[in-house]
Amino acid sequence: MSPDTPPQDIAVRLTDVRLDRGTRTVLSGIDLTVPRGSITAVLGPSGSGKSTLLAALTGELVPAAGQVEVLGQAVPQRQRALLELRKGIGVLLQGNGLLTDLTVAENVALPLRTHTKLPRPVIDRLVAMKLHAVGLRTAGDLYPRELSGGMARRVALARALALDPPLMVYDEPLTGLDPIASGVIMSLIARLNASLGLTSIIVTHHVHETLPVADRAIVIANGRIVFSGTPAELEATTDPLVLQFLRGEPDGPIAFDTAERSRETA
Amino acid sequence: MPFFAATRSLGRAGLFSLSVLRASRPTADFFAELVREIYKIGARSLPIIAVGGAFVGLSVTLLGYRALETYGAANQISALVGLGLYRELAPVLTALLFIGRAGSSIAAELGLMRATDQITALGLMAIDPVAKAVAPRFWAAVICVPLLTGFFCSLGITASYFEAVHVLGIDAGTFWQVLRDAVDYRHDFLVAFQKSAVFGGTAALVAAYVGYHAEPTIEGTSVATTRAVVNASLLVLMFNFVLSALLFR
Repeated sequence: MSPDTPPQDIAVRLTDVRLDRGTRTVLSGIDLTVPRGSITAVLGPSGSGKSTLLAALTGELVPAAGQVEVLGQAVPQRQRALLELRKGIGVLLQGNGLLTDLTVAENVALPLRTHTKLPRPVIDRLVAMKLHAVGLRTAGDLYPRELSGGMARRVALARALALDPPLMVYDEPLTGLDPIASGVIMSLIARLNASLGLTSIIVTHHVHETLPVADRAIVIANGRIVFSGTPAELEATTDPLVLQFLRGEPDGPIAFDTAERSRETA
Repeated sequence: MPFFAATRSLGRAGLFSLSVLRASRPTADFFAELVREIYKIGARSLPIIAVGGAFVGLSVTLLGYRALETYGAANQISALVGLGLYRELAPVLTALLFIGRAGSSIAAELGLMRATDQITALGLMAIDPVAKAVAPRFWAAVICVPLLTGFFCSLGITASYFEAVHVLGIDAGTFWQVLRDAVDYRHDFLVAFQKSAVFGGTAALVAAYVGYHAEPTIEGTSVATTRAVVNASLLVLMFNFVLSALLFR
């Protein structure tokens, strides 16, 4: 992306960010710009720091250095301001995070009931629309325990979209899904991004399923961004580090050290 | 250093308690959650409180009768049962039964919410997890434990009446008259309610604190549940001594 892109066209900007977990640096020297309306795939092997990057975007993790700007403002540290910012960010968590004592419809209605003063019939209508958007209009009365993995992921997606956030962040949206459910989720992400005018960041290690819908891709490995460009540029790269990840080779510049990885993900 | 670690934990628990109070806002959602929790941790605890109260009443009556009979004061059995239940046994034993039944479930539920990303999801939806998941449970405990204590006393005295009158041969009129003369509404009955409210709040806060901060794993949830029961029970026993010393004449 061009460095002189107008600020209003930028949804997320990270400037020389360093992210630490405890005393250990997970990512450093991160410069990233996500244009509004785009789908950006953040790729990298498990434990490379993708979820840490996501935590910085949502304000869960304060950067040790550098600045994180989301939707035109620096991510605040004060709780009240942070909660206000988060109303504009929809997050689909890897574990879905559906409240198990609420039905599907109640889960989707939760952000609407909490953050708006809309009357009950309007909320019910909005919930039906959100569930319809993810193809689950008739599942409103089910509990999360009654859903398949793919259905639960789509309910979580409907809930993340409840407040019509301009920015959507997907944390490993395909983990645990079969190929058909993965295809459904990826096409939903692309369709919703286009029809609702969203900006999407997909944090994943599922390269081949994600690249077809992405406008831009970055690859994280060894604690830094090792590639940034379009999916076509990624597929044409000759960088041995990126190639090792794309081809899934155990030997190469990316260390395959389970002890190290488990500490990183902790 | 264990001393500094303990002090830090105590400080965190205090801040957590303050955050629960701050997050307690009387919204429609809060009352809906409160009613749900009162049913879950209060109404569903009634059977064990009933059984516990009845058997404690029976035991105290039997032991007390044998001791009082030696001095020819067997007629005073209902005073012993009444004062024993209202002043000490009912508030403490109800709180301990409540901790075993509901405190453990509060810790386990919050621990599982942590392990399954539900607490994270609430925060990311800009919903205060403490307001949504902890505050209703705390207030439900503060409301329920005094009511359960009253229920415990009722069952204990009823069981005592049947044993004393129909098995041990105490006169029914004497049983009730001695009980009414011995137990004071303000100094015994209301103080038992106050103690119970404190015990309920303490039990819920301890259980919520350890559950909310549990390691996000199955083992973490299991450890939190055990810790909730042990810590809350010990705190209730300690607070009982302090409150008894301060409140009873």
